[in-house]
Amino acid sequence: MLDDADRRLLRYWQAEPSLSQGELAQRAGITVGRATRRIARMQELGILRGVGAVIDWVALGYAVEVSLRVTLDKTQGNAFDTFMIEARKVPEVIEVQTLLGRVDMRLSIIARDMAHYQEIYRSRILTLPHIADIEALMQVARIKDAQGLPL
Amino acid sequence: MITLDEIDRQLLRSLVRDAGQGAGALGRQLGLSQPATWRRIRRLEDAGVIKGRRLRLDAEKLGFGVTVFLGVKLATKGRVSLEDFERAVTAIPEVQTVEHVLGRYDYRLRVVARDLPDFERVLRRRIMTLPGAGEVEANILLSEERLNGPL
Repeated sequence: MLDDADRRLLRYWQAEPSLSQGELAQRAGITVGRATRRIARMQELGILRGVGAVIDWVALGYAVEVSLRVTLDKTQGNAFDTFMIEARKVPEVIEVQTLLGRVDMRLSIIARDMAHYQEIYRSRILTLPHIADIEALMQVARIKDAQGLPL
Repeated sequence: MITLDEIDRQLLRSLVRDAGQGAGALGRQLGLSQPATWRRIRRLEDAGVIKGRRLRLDAEKLGFGVTVFLGVKLATKGRVSLEDFERAVTAIPEVQTVEHVLGRYDYRLRVVARDLPDFERVLRRRIMTLPGAGEVEANILLSEERLNGPL
């Protein structure tokens, strides 16, 4: 579906999302016209969904990030759905993932400090429905955050 | 610390969805002039609230059908072993994120692979052979939602 030139474009763009289409074309070694057509085609195919800004929560005063690994009470038929619906309502939840393995769900939550985290954890997280077990991993540092694909 | 008003929040939500929008188009949505919008974006960037841009690609359409979260415990600890581990794990192209965490595991990794046999290859040849790697737990990603967070 994609050829080498497409992959080169995505690779360079992924590494430097602020590049213009002209700069991208130059690095990928193709003309601007070809680069523009290829990018438009990849957008049409849904391969390329766009470029989004990345927020630094620390700069907004959210110094704490915790990964909560949740095991659900699966004897409740709709445990996943109801848990998700309620988890989405907590403003400090920035990611929700459904997993297959030792844990069922994972939430990323952010807080201003430990006191704020404790408040969210007690009043908003432990009150979520169908939790059987919950385990926290507190983030110390983000070592790699490229989130790119090995194209 | 930067304080945000409602317009800043709307602007950030909009830029997270699509960072390619010009200040003119964004301003029209928010009822602001182009220069006023541009000044607000500039202020958010200067304060570090917008830390960068990220290309959003459809991993599945690009042939990466499997995403796995790994919890890794180090077998041996000490400053040198942390640095060796971090350097080696960061260099693996299939590893998208590396977080140093406190809790049951020492590191949390997000790994992409083409399919399960490809994941097994990455796990055996690249993860299990990392310097200092001990116990590893894998949870396969089934679905994922990114939320706006407290904006």
